Amino acid sequence: MSLIRLEPRGQASQAMVYATPLLAVLLTLLSGFVLFLLLGFDPMKALHAFFVDPVSSKRGIGELIVKATPLTLCAIGLAIGFRANVWNIGAEGQLTMGAIVGGGLALAFYGEGGWWLLPLMVIGGAAGGMAWAAIPAYLRLRFNASEILTSLMLTYVALLMLNYLVHGPYRDPDGFAFPESRLFEADAVMPILWAGTRVHLGAALALFAVAAGWVLIARTFIGFQIKVIGLTPAAAGYAGFDQKRVVWLVLLLSGGLAGVAGMGEVAGPIGQITPNVSPGYGFTAIIVAFLGRLHPVGILLAALLMALSFIGGEAAQIAMGLPKAITGVFQGMLLFFLLASDVLIRYRVRFGARRAVA
Amino acid sequence: MNAELALIGPILAAMFAAATPLLFAALGELVVEKSGVLNLGVEGMMLVGAVCGFAVTVKTGSAPLGFLAAAGAGALTASLFGALTLGLLANQVATGLALTLFGVGLSSLIGQGFVGIPLQGMPKLNIPGLSDLPVVGQALFGQDVLVYLGVLAVPLVHLFLYRTRAGLVLRAVGENHAAAHALGYKVIRIRFLAVLFGGAMSGLGGAFLSMDYTPMWAENMTAGRGWIALALVVFATWKPHRVMLGAWLFGGVTIAQLHVQGLGFDIPSQLLSMLPYLATVLVLVLISRDVARIRLNAPACLGKLFHPDA
Repeated sequence: MSLIRLEPRGQASQAMVYATPLLAVLLTLLSGFVLFLLLGFDPMKALHAFFVDPVSSKRGIGELIVKATPLTLCAIGLAIGFRANVWNIGAEGQLTMGAIVGGGLALAFYGEGGWWLLPLMVIGGAAGGMAWAAIPAYLRLRFNASEILTSLMLTYVALLMLNYLVHGPYRDPDGFAFPESRLFEADAVMPILWAGTRVHLGAALALFAVAAGWVLIARTFIGFQIKVIGLTPAAAGYAGFDQKRVVWLVLLLSGGLAGVAGMGEVAGPIGQITPNVSPGYGFTAIIVAFLGRLHPVGILLAALLMALSFIGGEAAQIAMGLPKAITGVFQGMLLFFLLASDVLIRYRVRFGARRAVA
Repeated sequence: MNAELALIGPILAAMFAAATPLLFAALGELVVEKSGVLNLGVEGMMLVGAVCGFAVTVKTGSAPLGFLAAAGAGALTASLFGALTLGLLANQVATGLALTLFGVGLSSLIGQGFVGIPLQGMPKLNIPGLSDLPVVGQALFGQDVLVYLGVLAVPLVHLFLYRTRAGLVLRAVGENHAAAHALGYKVIRIRFLAVLFGGAMSGLGGAFLSMDYTPMWAENMTAGRGWIALALVVFATWKPHRVMLGAWLFGGVTIAQLHVQGLGFDIPSQLLSMLPYLATVLVLVLISRDVARIRLNAPACLGKLFHPDA
């Protein structure tokens, strides 16, 4: 007889669906307090430097949006896949392919661009990400291979490909052999939306993806099919839903969005192709998708929070010499606490031994 | 002895060494999956094991203590996964991913002060008489202790799973947890123990990398080996001896790739480094296409949540 037990609820608690992300954030902050204490820093000062200072200026808020942009784009696509039980965890690779193809177009038309170049790069970025996500889709449907493992393996391949390209074909011919491409010309750079910051067109694309994602899930038949396939695959089978089509759709969609995110990074804040296009946006987007409850609006909020953890990590590193790796620890911890507290949605916690029911 | 023949020994030796981290991690995960649990956090547990083993060895100067610490740290991180998925019924796929993301962050935090510190690798254990055999002597009988332990673990895991009562119960829990529960077996306790074992094995695999194979600590140094280990379990259709074959195959691909680079072929190193990952995709495809065989061999309750009241 245990003293604490879990009692199934008759119905999932809607209140808890909204409460547990907040609970998880709170628990993460508390653990952060303890962690900073253990590392020998003044916890209040450290938390302030991590979570408040970076966003107390216009520039800081701009950076928050810049970092939230790729996170939102990736997470919207991933969440739609997760709803259909399609576990694409290779968004980082699809993002990288988007940067390779989209950015490659900027280099291919270097010196002969025009107004058409940027739209072409967006399409190219999306196509690159889609192509990379199409491989796990094909391998799962044709050969029954787990998309979890194939999409992740392809991430390593994409990162090596990027590394090869910036050391070889993409390298700036006048760059003293540095592994970097030329700086993109004005035609190939995302326009700035908010003067004085680095917020670029990608932010508008991310907002559009949020709206479109919501319409797709909540207001279309294919969105309904996605939800049914995820919740009860058997019922979807009886209803005659084409599961293969849905797998293709969600993988191409998430790959395309991740590709646009990658293209937006090289044509936005970076402005050229470097070996490190992303500090792990594609992986953090998995956390963003869960923290946002797989809901587009929730994802937007979660992306801003996770963006804060990125710039907070950088700021705390500069201001207090805190190790940058703390960002990853915070992000992992947050997802742990969220998954742990999610038990409250479907179960009640009861203390004391169960009474016998006559 | 001619030059080509002289190369075989070192190549074989390097192949066995490269296979060892995969062998440990995949054997551990195999036992976990046999109990019906899918832990995708192998990469994270390997990294935590790698950094803890390295740090303890640097601080104490004792490699056995380091390996012990690595196994303990791996089991400790695995216990987080166990508490969440078995105690709090969290989604196993999501929690495994969380464990990997957390392990990457935690290991680089712990490893900060240890980047760039050199460590003497482990001494080779020469088996008298046999290690002097021509060509293959050093490869087969002049390896590090952990290489032998990895190979020894294969029959041990097999014997445990198929020749002991505890192994039978573990498999029963993995095949049908409701029936095992009805018979009075503690499903959650058995699974938790399996998860701890998997964590310890992953930790050892990671520590072999940082303490012996490389030997040094660098962020993210496992470079996807945890995920390759997961693929190996599927490739092996959940059979221990086939895990060993798979690990050697991947050790072979890794070493072949390094040797091609070393021989000065005009192929960019990054493209060659893709080989192990592409090979993983390839073997996964070859095995998974036989749906009936996967269904026959995969534990029936793999990844399913268990609640005694439900």
